[in-house]
Amino acid sequence: MNANRPWWRPDGFAVYAIIYLTFIYLPVLFLPLFSFNKSKYIAFPLKGFTLQWYEKMINTPDLLEALMNSVKVGVAVAVLSTMFGLLAAKAVTRYRIPGRGPVMGFIMVPLVIPGIILAIALLILITQLDIPLSLWTVGFAHMLLCTPFAMLVLISRMEGFDKSLEEAALDLGESAWMTFWRVTFPIVLPGIIASLLLTFTISFDEFVLAFFLTSTDPTLPIYIWSSLRFPTKIPPVLALGATIFVLSFVVVSFAEWIRRRGVKLESSSGI
Amino acid sequence: MSDPIISFQGVSKRFGQVTAVDNTSFDIQRGEFFSLLGPSGCGKTTLLRMVAGFEVPSAGEIMIDGQPMSATPPNHRPVNMVFQNYAIFPHLNVRNNIAFGMRKAGLTRAELDKRIDEALELIKLPGYGSRGADELSGGQRQRVALARALIKQPKVLLLDEPLGALDKKLREQMQIELRQLQQQIGITFLFVTHDQEEALTLSDRIAVMSEGAVMEIASPGQLYESPGSPFVADFIGSMNFFEGEILSSTDSAITVETSALGTVSVTNSDTQMTAGQKAWVAIRPEKMQPVFSDPGEHANTTSGTMGPSAYLGDRSHFYVHLPQREDPVLVALQNLERSMTQLHKPNQPVWLQWASDAVVVLPRD
Repeated sequence: MNANRPWWRPDGFAVYAIIYLTFIYLPVLFLPLFSFNKSKYIAFPLKGFTLQWYEKMINTPDLLEALMNSVKVGVAVAVLSTMFGLLAAKAVTRYRIPGRGPVMGFIMVPLVIPGIILAIALLILITQLDIPLSLWTVGFAHMLLCTPFAMLVLISRMEGFDKSLEEAALDLGESAWMTFWRVTFPIVLPGIIASLLLTFTISFDEFVLAFFLTSTDPTLPIYIWSSLRFPTKIPPVLALGATIFVLSFVVVSFAEWIRRRGVKLESSSGI
Repeated sequence: MSDPIISFQGVSKRFGQVTAVDNTSFDIQRGEFFSLLGPSGCGKTTLLRMVAGFEVPSAGEIMIDGQPMSATPPNHRPVNMVFQNYAIFPHLNVRNNIAFGMRKAGLTRAELDKRIDEALELIKLPGYGSRGADELSGGQRQRVALARALIKQPKVLLLDEPLGALDKKLREQMQIELRQLQQQIGITFLFVTHDQEEALTLSDRIAVMSEGAVMEIASPGQLYESPGSPFVADFIGSMNFFEGEILSSTDSAITVETSALGTVSVTNSDTQMTAGQKAWVAIRPEKMQPVFSDPGEHANTTSGTMGPSAYLGDRSHFYVHLPQREDPVLVALQNLERSMTQLHKPNQPVWLQWASDAVVVLPRD
């Protein structure tokens, strides 16, 4: 932006940016707004300030249980798919693998298969194998979905750093295992954190696979969806939504901070 | 000479159909500054990486200090490497970079600190220990890479074109420092470069490589003054080649009949060639002395006309057209006086003279 321009007369780009941000964030801001509204109906005019929905949220065991289910599945999926992603990224970027192209292609396929197709296919498979539907089946499906994302993030990170750093560690007497922990891991760490956050988020708000593959334990999106039929259940969901919104904001800011730190280190490793 | 620090014994390396190093055998002596010199793709880096253990020979054996290395992984070899781009760990400061390889050395904290301080002293960067990798210049990174390798007290230090990324002035300074450092600590250096001037400046001996094979191993002076083959003569420095045939050959002198220079008599030559053999007469540009007035009838003299010239500051290069020769002859002249650039006028007659021991005679196929 032009430094000489007074703030009350923004240029075209600034106006565009403001409209864009409004468009994205205004709908989201309705969540916290109505979560503090005294009426149980989501409609203007607002009826006054209250914290009762937050209180009710804490006192709704079903909701908290659904939240915990989602967190459990999300954490497990994030850790496992990031681990697989890391191994795959290491293999793809560091070794000459026969048939690398087709293998990469097959791993990436879940990215482009419509979720509902994948869900039906998995449901057929799982019922054919007589495996009872549970959070385990949801987690399995989410891993299928999340591993390609983790791989994409980590491959770009692994490709970005100089192979001779690992050779230098070997040359200085470290084993392959210690080289990984002393050199590869710290340098790839920002990518690992990014991958953990990304895969957790994908799993946390995934609806279609969870809807098909869960039984009596709903994940949070399923719980929210089923609550929509009961107007009284909605305000605590709004309170939860607002809480998650604030938490994600904090987490993403933190992740971005880590990533920038990584980029700074990265830029210093060049010649 | 019977106890080499490194011995290549019939070493070959193939990548699929490509032969990077072809059945190579030679020894490197203790305490030598030994360079592998050649154009890119000649196999010099592959050879170095096989010593480090990053590549495994397809055939043959590399002995380090008498021990076969085939089954030894890089982390157990008594050699350390300075990488082309230095490979300074970006997440560690200078101190921790230098200490990286000392984890299993069994030193106490105080001993290690002392060793690191000595290393920093050695590379003339005392007080830089807490600097981050991103706060170092190219030359400083190079020194940290050196210290990180030398603190391990390797039997051989491997250097993969370590000066390539530096600008000219800094490169020349680092060449002197590298040479002094090597003489100071007495460790064998195995140095890879494509820069012949660098190899000549630094090395005790140089192996000239081409297409996976070692063409010649000799001291810098010998490579330059008495190259063993037309390839080496052409590759190191500049050389004028004249086609000819040996007329007579004795222990003290050789005479060669050439079309461009007439009969050339050569003394102090190592060649084993005999009368009737096809030969190259090779003369370095700076060993042909230009004379701008007719010297009269004189041995080892030829006449021609001045062609284009190039002024290089300390010296001038100019081309001389000889009547019996299609390509002009390159002549280098030291600019000993400031007015010397005035002398070179195109198309003026010029006479070239050379000493009979300035000429190299090489076999011609």
